[in-house]
Amino acid sequence: MGDWKTITVPVLSSDSKNTFPYTSERKRSPTSMSSQVLRLSLPSSKSMHSFFSAFCTEENIEQSISYIDRELTTLGFPSIYAESKGKELNLVSMVNCMNELLVLQHKNLRAQEEIEIQHLKLGSDMDHLQNCYAKLKEQLELSKREIVGLQERDRQLQTKNRNLHQLLKNEKDEVQKLQNVISSRATQYNHDMKRKEREYNKLKERLHQLVMNKKDKKLAMEVLNYVGRADGKRGAWRTDKTEARNEEEMYKVLLSDYEQRQKQLLLENTELKKVLQQMKKDIISLLPPQKQKPKERSEDGLVLSDQEEDIGELNKENMWELSCETVREQLTNSIRKQWRMLKNHVEKLDNQVSRGHSGALNEKDVISREDHELQTEKLELEIQQCKEMIRTQQQLLQQQLTCDDDTTLLLQDCYLLEERERLQEEWRLFREQKKNFEKERKSFTEAAIRLGLERKAFEEDRGAWLKHQFLSMTADCKSENATIPATTPSSDPDIHIVRSTSLQRRPPSVSSSTASPEPCQISQYIIQNSVAETPAADNMPNLWVESDDKEETE
Amino acid sequence: MNFSELFKLSGLLGRFSPDGKCLASCVQHRLVVRDASTLQILQLYTCLDQIQYIEWSSDSLFILCAMYKRGIVQVWSLEQPDWHCKIDEGSAGLVASCWSPDGRHILNTTEFHLRITVWSLCTKSVSYIKYPKACQQGVAFTKDGRYMAVAERRDCKDFISIFVCRNWQLLRHFDTETQDLFGIEWAPNGCVLAAWDTCLEYKVLLYSLDGRLLSSYRAYEWPLGIKSVAWSPSSQFLAIGSFDEKVRILNHVTWKKITELDHPATVASIKTIVYKEVEKSPTVGTERLSFPPTRSLASCLFSTQSKYEISQVPVSLQYIKPVADRANPKVGVGMLAFSGDNCFLATKNDNIPNAVWIWDVRKLKLTVVLEQLCTIQYFQWDPCQPRLAVCTGSSRVYLWSPAGCVVVQVPGEGDFQIVSVSWHPNGDSMLLLSKDHFCVCYLEREEV
Repeated sequence: MGDWKTITVPVLSSDSKNTFPYTSERKRSPTSMSSQVLRLSLPSSKSMHSFFSAFCTEENIEQSISYIDRELTTLGFPSIYAESKGKELNLVSMVNCMNELLVLQHKNLRAQEEIEIQHLKLGSDMDHLQNCYAKLKEQLELSKREIVGLQERDRQLQTKNRNLHQLLKNEKDEVQKLQNVISSRATQYNHDMKRKEREYNKLKERLHQLVMNKKDKKLAMEVLNYVGRADGKRGAWRTDKTEARNEEEMYKVLLSDYEQRQKQLLLENTELKKVLQQMKKDIISLLPPQKQKPKERSEDGLVLSDQEEDIGELNKENMWELSCETVREQLTNSIRKQWRMLKNHVEKLDNQVSRGHSGALNEKDVISREDHELQTEKLELEIQQCKEMIRTQQQLLQQQLTCDDDTTLLLQDCYLLEERERLQEEWRLFREQKKNFEKERKSFTEAAIRLGLERKAFEEDRGAWLKHQFLSMTADCKSENATIPATTPSSDPDIHIVRSTSLQRRPPSVSSSTASPEPCQISQYIIQNSVAETPAADNMPNLWVESDDKEETE
Repeated sequence: MNFSELFKLSGLLGRFSPDGKCLASCVQHRLVVRDASTLQILQLYTCLDQIQYIEWSSDSLFILCAMYKRGIVQVWSLEQPDWHCKIDEGSAGLVASCWSPDGRHILNTTEFHLRITVWSLCTKSVSYIKYPKACQQGVAFTKDGRYMAVAERRDCKDFISIFVCRNWQLLRHFDTETQDLFGIEWAPNGCVLAAWDTCLEYKVLLYSLDGRLLSSYRAYEWPLGIKSVAWSPSSQFLAIGSFDEKVRILNHVTWKKITELDHPATVASIKTIVYKEVEKSPTVGTERLSFPPTRSLASCLFSTQSKYEISQVPVSLQYIKPVADRANPKVGVGMLAFSGDNCFLATKNDNIPNAVWIWDVRKLKLTVVLEQLCTIQYFQWDPCQPRLAVCTGSSRVYLWSPAGCVVVQVPGEGDFQIVSVSWHPNGDSMLLLSKDHFCVCYLEREEV
C-alpha cells in the first residue's frame, strides 16, 4: 500500500512538539492501514486551527509567506508575490494558487477514497481467496486420501487379477493336458480303427476270392512217418474220465501251489511272532517297575498278569498251533499296550528333562531346594570318593592284570623278597633278643647260682655265726632256747634283696619258662614274678605278631 | 572272450537249441544247423520258400520252419535228416506257427486269425481252436508245459480258454473284463495267468488256473496304459511298464502295487552308479601308416572304440520328447526283463532310448544306469547268472554284471551292426545277430 514516509516539516519555530504527527511505518497491515488512512483524513478543525496557527504567527508572517511562495513555485504554481520584488502579495495569484491547491486537495481526496475502496475490495478479495485456498487445501487432502485408498484397492484388485490369471493359466494347462491325452487316445483309436478297417477289407477280398475259387487245395499235412510221442505214451480218447482227470490234475497243481505258499507264510509268521515276543520282553524289561503309579497298578497288574499268562501260554505250547484270531490279537494288543506305555514313559522322561533344564519344579516331587542341594552335594562327594577308590582299585587291578607274566613274577618275587627280608629281619631281631634273653638268663642263673652259693656261704656263715653265737650264747646263757627259725627273719632281708634283685632284673624281661630250680624260693618268686610278668611277656610276642600283622597290612 | 567269424543270416533267425548243443540259422530258404561250440555245420536243409520263422522243439529233436507267404510249415528232424514233414495251410494262409510244449504238436494260426490248427506229429488228429484273438501275445504256455491259455474274441467280447496240453481238452473258458485284450502271460509257477488290456485302458487282470478272477489292478484311467509286462522268475512279482514312464510292481500275496519305479530324465540318487559309454579316439602309430591302407588299418581308423566311464551323479540323460500326434508313441517303458536269479530288473524307457535302467529287486531301488551312445536295440539276461547283454546297433556288445561292466568290440572287417542278442542256455556263449550276419561270442568262466 505504499510507503508512507515520515514527513517531517522542517520546523522553523522551536515548536518541536508540533512535528508532523502523521508518521507511518512500512508494511502496515491493511486494517491498520485503513485506520491510519482514516486517521490520515482531514484533521479536525481544531487541530487545523492550531496547526495553522502554529505555522504562521504574527512574527514570522513574512518568512512564512516567502516559504509558501517558494513551495508554490517549486510545485509549479505561479508566485504569489507581485511582479516586483517586494513584499506585496499578488492576491489574484494567491487566490488562484489556493484554488488550485483546493482543487488538488479535492482530487487527492477523491483519489484517496478510490484507493481506499480499492483497498477494501482487494482486502475482501484476499479474504475470499484465502478461504478458497483453505477449502481447496482441504479438498486436496481429501482427494489425496481418496487417491491412496483407491490405489490400495487398485493394488488389491490387481493381485486378485493376477491370481485369477494364474488360476486360469493352470486350468488352461490342465485342459491342454487333458486335450493331449484325449488326442493321443483319439489317434490310437483311429490307428486301430484303420488297421481293422484294412483287415476287414482284406477279409472281404479273400472271402470273395474263396467264393470265386472253388478249386482249392485241401489242407493237408504230408509227413513221412508219424513220430512217437515225447513221453512215449499213446494218445487217449477224450472221455469223461479224462475230463475228470484233467480237472483233478488242475486242482492238484493249484493246491500244491497254495500249500507251498502257505508253508512259506507260516514260516514267516512264526518268525515274526518270535520277533514280536522278543520285542515284548524287551519292552517290558525297559519299562521301569517303580514308575507305575498305584492307580495304574491295577491295570498294569492285570496287563502284567495277562502278559505273564500270554507268555506262559505261548511258551508252553507250540507257536504254530496258536494261529487263531484271539491269540493273535492278544499278542498284538499286548505289544501295542506295552509300546504305548514305553512311549509315555519316554515322553515323561523327555518332559522331565526339559523341565529340569528350564528349572521349574514339579508339584508332585516337591523337595526344598536346600535339601536337594545338600543331597546332591553329599551324593557328589560320595561319587567322588567312590570314583577315586574305583580308580585306585582299577589301577591296581590293571597293574595286576595288564602286566605280563615276567613282571608279575618279578613283582611276586619282589613281594616275596620283601617279605622274606622282613621276616629275616624279624628273625634276626628275634634271635638277638633270644640271645639277649639267653644271656640274661644265663647271667641271671649265674647270678642265681652265685646268689645261691653266696647264700650257702652266707648260710654257712650264718650257721657258723649262729653256732658261734649259740655256742657263745649257750655258753653265755643256756636258758635262751629261742630256736629262731633260720629262714624267716633272715630270709626276709634275703628275700627282699632277692626281690629287689629280681625287681632289678625285671626290666630286661625274661621269658622265664625255664628258671633255674636251685634257689627254690628265689625261683619261686622269680617264677611268680615271671608269672606276673608273663602276661606282659606274652603280650610282647602278641604285640610283635600284631606289629608283624600291621607291617604286613601296611 | 572269443568271437567266431561272421556267418550269413537272414531275418534274424538264429537260435540255440534248448539243450544247448546246436545252433540253427537261416539264410534265405536254407536252414543251417551247426554245432554250438565248434560252429561246424551239422545239417543243411532246404525249404520251399524263404523262411520267415524257425523254432526248435522242446526236446531239440525237431525244427520247424514257417513260410508265411506260401502258408507252409516244414519240420526237420535232427536225428533222421531224411525225415521230412510239410504242413500246408492252403488257402487259409499262415500268420504264425509255434510248437507245443511237448514238441509233438504244431499250432498254426491262419490268416486273419480265423482259427488255430493243432497239427499232431504223432497221430493223424487235427484240432481247431476257433476265434483266437489277434493280439500280441494271444497264446501262452505254462512253464511246465501242462496248460495253454488262448485269448479269444467272440461277439465283441474277450474270452480266455485254458487247454490241457496233453490231450488238448478244454479245461476252462471264461470271459475277461477287458475292452480289448492285448496279451496274456502265465506266471512261472503255472498257477496264475495275467491278462492285460490294450494301451487305451490300463487294466491288469489276474486269473487263477481254474479260471477265477483273483484280482484286477488299474493304476490310472485316461492316459495311455500298459506297454510291457514281465513276471519275476519266482512268481512273486509282476512288473508292469506303462506309457507314463513308470514300472509298477505288484506282489503275489495281495496283488497290490508295492512300488512304482520312475524313469526320470535326471538321475539324482547318490547310490546309483551311472556308466556312460564314451568314445575314445583310436591311436595309430604314424609309422605304421602305409599306402594303400590295409583293410585292418582302415577298419581300425574308422571304427570308434569306446569304453565305460562312471559319471558323477546327478546325471541328466538324453530325453526325447515324443511326437504328439502319432499312434504308439515312443514313450514309456517298452522293455522289461527280470534276471534269472530274481535279483535284478532291467528296463528301458523309450523316451530315453539310450539308457538301460537296472533295478535291485531286493531293495526296489535303482542301482545302475547304463548310458550308451546309440539307441538300445535289445538286451537279455544271462539265464544262469545276473549278467546282462546289451546291444545298440553298433558293432560292440555291452555286458553288465554286479561286478562291473565292459564294452567288447566285435573284431572283424566291415560293419556288423548288432541288433539282437541271444544267450546260450548254459550262459557260456552269446549269439549276436545283425541284419545279414551273425556271430557267436564265447565267454570264459571268470569273465565279468
